[in-house]
Amino acid sequence: MTLTDASTPAIAGAAKLRHSWRGAKPWVPWVFLAIPLLFALVFKFIPLIEGIRMSFSKVQPLLGDQFTGFDNFARVLTDSRFHEAFLHTVILAVCQTITAVALGLILALLFEGASRKLQIARTVIFLPVVTAIAVIGEVWRLILQPTDSGLLNTILHWVGISTQQMLSDENSALFWVGLVGVWAAAPYNMLILLAGLVGIDRTLYEAAAVDGAGRWRRLYYIALPGLRASLSVILTLAAIRSLRVFAEVFILTGGGPAGSTEVWMTRIYSIGFDANDLGLASAAALLLLLATMILTVLARWLTNRKGAQL
Amino acid sequence: MTALLEQTKDARRRTRRSRISAFDSAMGWQSGWSWSNVIRTILIVIAIAIFAVPFIGVFVGAFDASPTSLQFSIIPKQFSFEPWKAAIDRGVLRFFLNSLVIVGGGLVLQIATSIAAAYAIARYRFRGAGIALGLFLLTMMLPEDVIAVPLSQVLGSIPLLGLNLRGTVFAVILPVAAWGFSTLVMAEFMRDIPKEIEEVARLDGVGEFRMLVSIVLPMSIPALGVATVFGFIMIWDQYLLPLIAANGPEDYTLTVALRGFRQDYDTGSGVLMVGSLLALLPSLIVYLLLQRSLVRGIVSGATKG
Repeated sequence: MTLTDASTPAIAGAAKLRHSWRGAKPWVPWVFLAIPLLFALVFKFIPLIEGIRMSFSKVQPLLGDQFTGFDNFARVLTDSRFHEAFLHTVILAVCQTITAVALGLILALLFEGASRKLQIARTVIFLPVVTAIAVIGEVWRLILQPTDSGLLNTILHWVGISTQQMLSDENSALFWVGLVGVWAAAPYNMLILLAGLVGIDRTLYEAAAVDGAGRWRRLYYIALPGLRASLSVILTLAAIRSLRVFAEVFILTGGGPAGSTEVWMTRIYSIGFDANDLGLASAAALLLLLATMILTVLARWLTNRKGAQL
Repeated sequence: MTALLEQTKDARRRTRRSRISAFDSAMGWQSGWSWSNVIRTILIVIAIAIFAVPFIGVFVGAFDASPTSLQFSIIPKQFSFEPWKAAIDRGVLRFFLNSLVIVGGGLVLQIATSIAAAYAIARYRFRGAGIALGLFLLTMMLPEDVIAVPLSQVLGSIPLLGLNLRGTVFAVILPVAAWGFSTLVMAEFMRDIPKEIEEVARLDGVGEFRMLVSIVLPMSIPALGVATVFGFIMIWDQYLLPLIAANGPEDYTLTVALRGFRQDYDTGSGVLMVGSLLALLPSLIVYLLLQRSLVRGIVSGATKG
């Protein structure tokens, strides 16, 4: 790596050469960018623009689209099933995020350490993160069979709990959907929190011990404050992700029974692809996009402000 | 992140030399007999059971001649290839192949476009660089879910060309090539390659394309690892995109097709377990091979926000 030493005259000359030479061909970077930008245009930006256009129109494949102003948005905001879907999405987002972060923290504290055994254990725990959500959903659907012989029901019988209807019960289906989400998300949180724990200065622990602090005080006064950055990152990511929850719900319950687990995205799916009301579905999707964007900006602003205070 | 790896290594070295000190973990775990270690071991065993049992069940179920019930069990009753025969009859291999073609094609295209884009953004100073970077960031704000409805229209008729991609593998391969994530990972890494290396090569008369292929790219291998493992897992995980890209169930990827395997007259959940196992294996292999890249990517991405 002696090349990185920029003090030799030859390299200073090269820098000058590069400058004039690059100025002569300003189109070169655009050659590299052309195809990637074309892909982004066709498969991201044109759909976005199309979506915005459709959300302001009544989409009629043969008769031609008709501009209807904010009509579709008004329909989304006054539709009672969208209200329910919104409520379910927010309940799921809040409960699932908090539980998955708490469980991730417990796992991280439990599995912190450098021994070979712990490393292997962490590899196992991390499996759900790399597994396709479809596999997770289908397997958990089987585990949560509402029959006596279902795996989870069998386990519940051991501790004296009678057979549960689980995903088939209107009153508890959302809970079980959330539980599967927690199972899938906690290991990811564990990994990020483990990285945060490793980054905490060891001498702080020693100093705390000298001052007579026990393990729980040490956890509360040193480890948790040290994890603040990791925690805020996880919380934002999880919140944004859970607003867009689709596949788990679609696979586990399809939004049922009786709409009790319907979330924003499954509602969009059934409006857009089953009922074929493209204008209404696009308006709902646009509102979701706005919500995630506001959340992202808000989160960034909050973290920055916290950073400034520190 | 390198700091994390260094510290882990350090800590491991320390462990080999001596017993674990009380200051090596937030909870102050120490080796040797103690009540807290007993509790810790019990909790670890429970945690492993909770996270591993579903996977064990898939392996067991795929090779078990269980009755026609829809049971999910981790105790094999009778070893058998019956579920495999039934699954192959129902076309599981075709769906698997479809998935492999999509993940292979999508990954190659995604990596190739992001290498080119990242090279332009990271190694040139030009007017509009900020806008280009912003556009790639924006693609990350537009996941397939949010634009699903208009995207399915676009896939049915590509603008200007009027091509209908629906029902072909390209309806999944091309959209995943537009993901900005790999571009940003690559660009961030390429930016840190010392300019002087490039300048010396420039003096030797190395051209633009060769500069990328034989100077910058070989130095970006770690970033390529991260982009590959993330790209693979994220493409393999796609659900809504292959669903809207298909004309009918025969075009599904394996993960989407699992839905159709829920019940089988002869093997109960056996066919679903075979499908799940096949849908599990590729990501498992990639994960075990590129574990370090995956961890590095997640942790560095997370700490940057």
